[in-house]
Amino acid sequence: MGREIGLRVAIWAALLALLALTIVLALAPLGPLRLVAALVIAAAKAGLIGWFYMDLRKADGVTRLASVVGVIFITILILMASLDFALRAGNP
Amino acid sequence: MSKAVEALLPFADRAQKRRADTFGMFVFLASEVMLFGALVATLAAYRALHPGAAGEAAQHLNLGLASANTAILLTSSLAVAIGAIAARHGRARICAGSLGGAIVLGAAFLVIKGVEYRLDFLERLTPRGGVLGEGAATLFLSLYYVATALHGVHVAIGIGLLAWTAIAVGRGRLVMPDRAESVELVGLYWHLVDVIWVFLFPLLYLARP
Repeated sequence: MGREIGLRVAIWAALLALLALTIVLALAPLGPLRLVAALVIAAAKAGLIGWFYMDLRKADGVTRLASVVGVIFITILILMASLDFALRAGNP
Repeated sequence: MSKAVEALLPFADRAQKRRADTFGMFVFLASEVMLFGALVATLAAYRALHPGAAGEAAQHLNLGLASANTAILLTSSLAVAIGAIAARHGRARICAGSLGGAIVLGAAFLVIKGVEYRLDFLERLTPRGGVLGEGAATLFLSLYYVATALHGVHVAIGIGLLAWTAIAVGRGRLVMPDRAESVELVGLYWHLVDVIWVFLFPLLYLARP
């Protein structure tokens, strides 16, 4: 049990380090890259929580599929909305 | 047919029931992801329509309290994860204690969020007629209040579920490790509430100019 808890504590330290990193990067002059950096870090944090805390690393295939299906549909929604903004005449 | 077998119907055994329950929980969580994802998509469209307006509003938000709240939620997730491990090992008291710790941290999150709302209000950070006037920046505040309040409701529900589980485990109504799955399923919900905040935090608070 001790080793299992040790792994979760290590993940927690990594999550806090990523939180510190995202705050530092948000105050740095990165321009439009800032949003990208913030989202990449958020995705990394979500990945750590999903893989180790939600035990997706021990889950079967169909459960892993269910865990990403919401993300896939949201990606489609944002992608299609972006296409509409990019291609419709008269939009900024 | 024995009572133990009847309780598992329609599943063949406990392992199959557990797989099905976990799968079902993740399907529900996917619906939650889409609920908050729609708000994120709205935010993306808003930023495309009004470049710069998000940053103008976001610099008024309280980054310090929100950062503290992020650390608190991440720590509460650790407590819930430890609770699930303890449950699997049949350590009911450690499990109930860990869940109790997560409840305290969740409550602290809500209190800090309440303090933050109060500071926002005192700064007249309102969607209409406040310090930001009537421009496009006020739309960001509407999204901020809707997203954080909806997330706060989820935290409150999560605290309720954790409290119910912790009491049931502590009193021995949920016998560990046989019913460890109950702790795991509530934990999954709590972790998702944490993940949602992990995305709301940079999208709202770090959208500075």
